[in-house]
Amino acid sequence: MTTRIVELRRGILKKNDELAAGLRERFTSAGVLVLNLVSSPGTGKTAFLERTLRELHARGARAAALVGDLETDNDARRLAASGVPVRQINTHGICHLDAEMVAKHLDAWESLALAGLDYLFIENVGNLVCPSSYDLGERIRVVLLSVTEGEDKPLKYPGLFNSADAAVITKIDLAVPCAFDRELALGNINEIRPGIRIFETSAKTGAGMDGWLAYLAEQARPS
Amino acid sequence: MHELSIATSIVEAVSEAASAYPGARVKQVRLRVGALASVIEDSLQFCWELATEGSPLAGATLVINKLPVIVHCDACGVDSEIGGVQSFRCPRCGELAADLRQGRELEIESIELEEPEPKQPESGAPEPMEEHI
Repeated sequence: MTTRIVELRRGILKKNDELAAGLRERFTSAGVLVLNLVSSPGTGKTAFLERTLRELHARGARAAALVGDLETDNDARRLAASGVPVRQINTHGICHLDAEMVAKHLDAWESLALAGLDYLFIENVGNLVCPSSYDLGERIRVVLLSVTEGEDKPLKYPGLFNSADAAVITKIDLAVPCAFDRELALGNINEIRPGIRIFETSAKTGAGMDGWLAYLAEQARPS
Repeated sequence: MHELSIATSIVEAVSEAASAYPGARVKQVRLRVGALASVIEDSLQFCWELATEGSPLAGATLVINKLPVIVHCDACGVDSEIGGVQSFRCPRCGELAADLRQGRELEIESIELEEPEPKQPESGAPEPMEEHI
């Protein structure tokens, strides 16, 4: 027997990365801004997205959402009330979305024309670990953190926070009863992802939504 | 727990690469995994056994070469390794450093194959009979 070493130097998730690159190209040529929303379960991704979609719809922007969950289409039904097209992805046990799932659902979504959209939101499965490795072809990865979760979450999940392009703090209407230490939370986010844009919001009261919507409009504008 | 998906992806990629060497057995797979790759080594080793069980890769060992985070500091203009992943600051000057140069890798570096000895060139003489026990 002889031994041979073969250098491979290839990404383990190369297939996903290639699919995601294809999606990104497709999104760019369709002129749609795609955002991937990631957080722990219970941060309020759906409530935040619901409010975002409602406000965008009211302003005449054309948005749609793909929403990932292990099971149930509860979130899709909630989001559909905002008046924009929504489609549920059930992963049946898989803890993250991947590019193949996104591509498959976009292909099956015959009534949706990407070129007719300004924004496509992809709400990932609630998880702060696994989604960080899977590129979905998004232009902006948004990490969400609620005031009820503890200010040190960015330090506990640096892999995901460091991969994000924008951070949203949710439920700020609960900041006082939760004794939320705002400076500490902002400092921790900045320590893990220096210079990241941070939005402090409440889907309930609408606080901070104007800044967030202005950011979306600014990012959607062709450069 | 996405380590099983990762292990399955490694098995697919390695099987594909190894198919270019008929008769070879994969002895070892070496990975490069950055400190920010969100992969837990023990889970990946556990899932590796599950993913290779009953496959041609069964018994192959998985070696995980961990890579620290390296940031580029705009103030110093230097790339430095940072200790841990709790603070992205230049270790020389203490400034925040957003420019990541290493730490997200999730790669198969190489595979080690065990191959049968190449066959002896045929000579005119008849081969001696092999004894089978």
